[in-house]
Amino acid sequence: MDTLNKVTGTKKHFLKDAKFKDAMTVFFMLLPYVLLFSLFIAFPVAIAIFLSLTSFNVIETPSFLGLTNYINIFTQDPVFLKYVLPNTLMFSLLVGPGGYMLSFLLAWLLAQIQALPRTIIALAVYSPSMVGGVFISVVWRTLFSGDESGYINALLMDWDIIDRPIQFLQSPEYLMPIVIVVALWSSMGVGFLAMLAGILNGNEELYEAAYIEGIRNKFQEVVHVTIPMMKPQMLFGAVMAIVATFTNGYIGVALSGSNPTPQNAVQLITNHIDDYGFIRYEMGYAAALSVVLLLVIWIFSKVAYRLFAEKD
Amino acid sequence: MSFQGTKINPTSFSKSQIPFYIVLIPMATFMLLPVLFIFNQAFKPLDELFLFPPRFFVQNPTFNNFTELFRTATSTGVPLVRYLFNTLVITLIMVFLTILISTMTGYVLSKKKFRAKKALFGLNQTALMFVRTAVVIPTYFIIVQIGLNNNPLVHILPYLAVPVNVFLMKQFIDQVPDALIEAARIDGANDFQILFKLIYPLTKNAIATVAILTFQATWGAVESSSLYIQDETMKSFAFYLNTLASSNTGSAHAGVGMAAAAGLIMFLPNLIIFIIMQSRVMNTMAHAGIK
Repeated sequence: MDTLNKVTGTKKHFLKDAKFKDAMTVFFMLLPYVLLFSLFIAFPVAIAIFLSLTSFNVIETPSFLGLTNYINIFTQDPVFLKYVLPNTLMFSLLVGPGGYMLSFLLAWLLAQIQALPRTIIALAVYSPSMVGGVFISVVWRTLFSGDESGYINALLMDWDIIDRPIQFLQSPEYLMPIVIVVALWSSMGVGFLAMLAGILNGNEELYEAAYIEGIRNKFQEVVHVTIPMMKPQMLFGAVMAIVATFTNGYIGVALSGSNPTPQNAVQLITNHIDDYGFIRYEMGYAAALSVVLLLVIWIFSKVAYRLFAEKD
Repeated sequence: MSFQGTKINPTSFSKSQIPFYIVLIPMATFMLLPVLFIFNQAFKPLDELFLFPPRFFVQNPTFNNFTELFRTATSTGVPLVRYLFNTLVITLIMVFLTILISTMTGYVLSKKKFRAKKALFGLNQTALMFVRTAVVIPTYFIIVQIGLNNNPLVHILPYLAVPVNVFLMKQFIDQVPDALIEAARIDGANDFQILFKLIYPLTKNAIATVAILTFQATWGAVESSSLYIQDETMKSFAFYLNTLASSNTGSAHAGVGMAAAAGLIMFLPNLIIFIIMQSRVMNTMAHAGIK
């Protein structure tokens, strides 16, 4: 009797010990990520929300304002209403969903050809995602340079389309289209690769079954087989596209060389934040703009989840 | 009758593929043109750089732009090699630590049972859409508060927690059968041994992908140098090339060739590493779906 008790006792003790050890492992393995995540992702968002309710010029302590900053954004800021808001909407809709559809189209086309040419073309399409900021400003600023030795100007003059060089990067009417083209050019990133992999890993039998069920052409095939089959990759691609779009906000400033951009032609909300935060030191107002941006991103991703998330 | 429908990933060429090539080749050419351009520009001698009308392709290639680039130094006398050294050290540490942290977190989120698991993974999933530039101002205050301003660690610590990396590792570790881990545990392995001896070899593809993404991000990083580092000797290679390039682009500057060489130097390592690892990356991406 006594020995039996002793045995079950040690067993219980052993189990408890193992459980404790397990909890410790979980704790220590998660610790670095959770700490860094809190410090550099969660806290900045929380502080942005707090500062957005204050007036703060870095030197004095923040004074509480309530929702004044938000009200001012939508009523008192002519640059925001006249340029930043329409620009951001146009840029993010064209580069976000536009770039996303383009990368799906490219991925789908690539899946229809053989492996070797596919790898080469996929590399060409992905290469702009690897070039980095230095490259973007060097290449595109040289190509669109505003005098006759700029490549685009020289070409257009050679073809007699124009007779005087155009100041592409300083004129409001050309800057936005150029920035959109450059952003689209650099938008075939990780999401594009995920979608390509998703299509290639598709189940051949599903396609055969669909054709037996009466699908007749490639378009129906994409809508009824390919996209439903790779919804998880479609969603991942969409989230990556949203992030890339708003991260690419620096392109206009890099190409024109100034913030604010010439006549605010490509002033996006990210540039507006930098302008207020690092140039004018109105941190409360800049933080309110950040919160607005985070909300916009959140709405975009809600739409993506609505479209592609698998319902349990 | 054989299957007449689509053929994903065909093994041979057929005439029906021609329409795809007709769309793909011009698109790929457009994407590649800037890359071709910088290759040519970087090797042009001075007279070809300022040729009028300009010519796209180089005729007498030279390494002058590169040698000139390496001979320049900032006004404060910091040589280019110093920046290169900084970036190499930062990149090495970043790749190593990111792999370690992402695999540990991915392993715990995938294979361990604990109460907050679902919430944590959900939080990470939401953070996939985190755009760092949106909260650059609060981040700045945090960095100043914890004493990272003008501290070399600022190149590393703020950039280690990357939700996409944890997500990719977790998705990939999900593929490792639980039975394998159980067997290792019965043989007496603890969690760290399981992670390093079992999970690491089995998830090489995902680790390679995380390494590439981290390399690309760190190699080209300018944010930490331009915002948080004041000491010139601690700034990054990309930052130096960026300042050099932005003061030398357009057309009428003597440094155009140097700027192009700088752009090429930033691009080439990314390209070479990606070409070597591309099949591993594609393999990882196949598991990158959000369910």
